[in-house]
Amino acid sequence: MTVKPVKIRGRLKGVIANIKCLMPHPMETGTRRDDAGELIPAHYIRTVTCLHNDSEVMTAHWGPSVSKDPYFSFKIKTASVGDSIKVSWVDNLGETSSGDIVLK
Amino acid sequence: MKTNFSRRWFVKGLAAVAVMASFPGAAFARATGAFKADKTNSVVNVLFGDLPIEASSQITFRLPDIAENGAVVPATVATEIEGVTQIAIVIDENPNPLSAVFDIGESSVADVSTRIKVGKSSVARAYVKSRGRVFMTTREVKVTIGGCGG
Repeated sequence: MTVKPVKIRGRLKGVIANIKCLMPHPMETGTRRDDAGELIPAHYIRTVTCLHNDSEVMTAHWGPSVSKDPYFSFKIKTASVGDSIKVSWVDNLGETSSGDIVLK
Repeated sequence: MKTNFSRRWFVKGLAAVAVMASFPGAAFARATGAFKADKTNSVVNVLFGDLPIEASSQITFRLPDIAENGAVVPATVATEIEGVTQIAIVIDENPNPLSAVFDIGESSVADVSTRIKVGKSSVARAYVKSRGRVFMTTREVKVTIGGCGG
């Protein structure tokens, strides 16, 4: 299956950066059944890592009960124009994806 | 937690100590299966050990009172408490109550939002860990369509 990049939007409000991310991902719990009654295997994002100018500012650990195509927003205390933001994830199957932006 | 000094218990304990020593914060939660726990009590036990849980009015926990679609329930946890290192969201009635744990770095604000699945009407809890203390606030969320159906 194809892994889609993380979509990120960042907005500076003074020195605080408000970062919003969307991660296209099925987030299967492993308890659902398909039309044939077979269990759909679990497939969900486990770890989301957020980098601000290459230093880690936030890590999210998720279980399968985060909604499909997860939305995640967080805030960085001291950011300025030109700073880079990178968000990446790893799921339970070892797949990974990321996205990055430069604040403006 | 039941105290059963069996060999298995001892081995698990050893493993937990070893894991604690090598992983900080939520990596530890992952490694010891806080996400696999099926009761809120065991989730809290794995995440925060013996630390007392203090009810706090300083946590803003935004969650709809009534969720029309349990598969997508927006949740925000924010707090003015200083020195927050961890935020956790727990839904009592979900098969595995722990939804998400956030490790808050020094340079990020204790303010996170995401969307979670809520299987049926439940008590929702937000935990905030700061300087060796754990604070909690609860909300009730009513679900009209289940979240586990996706």
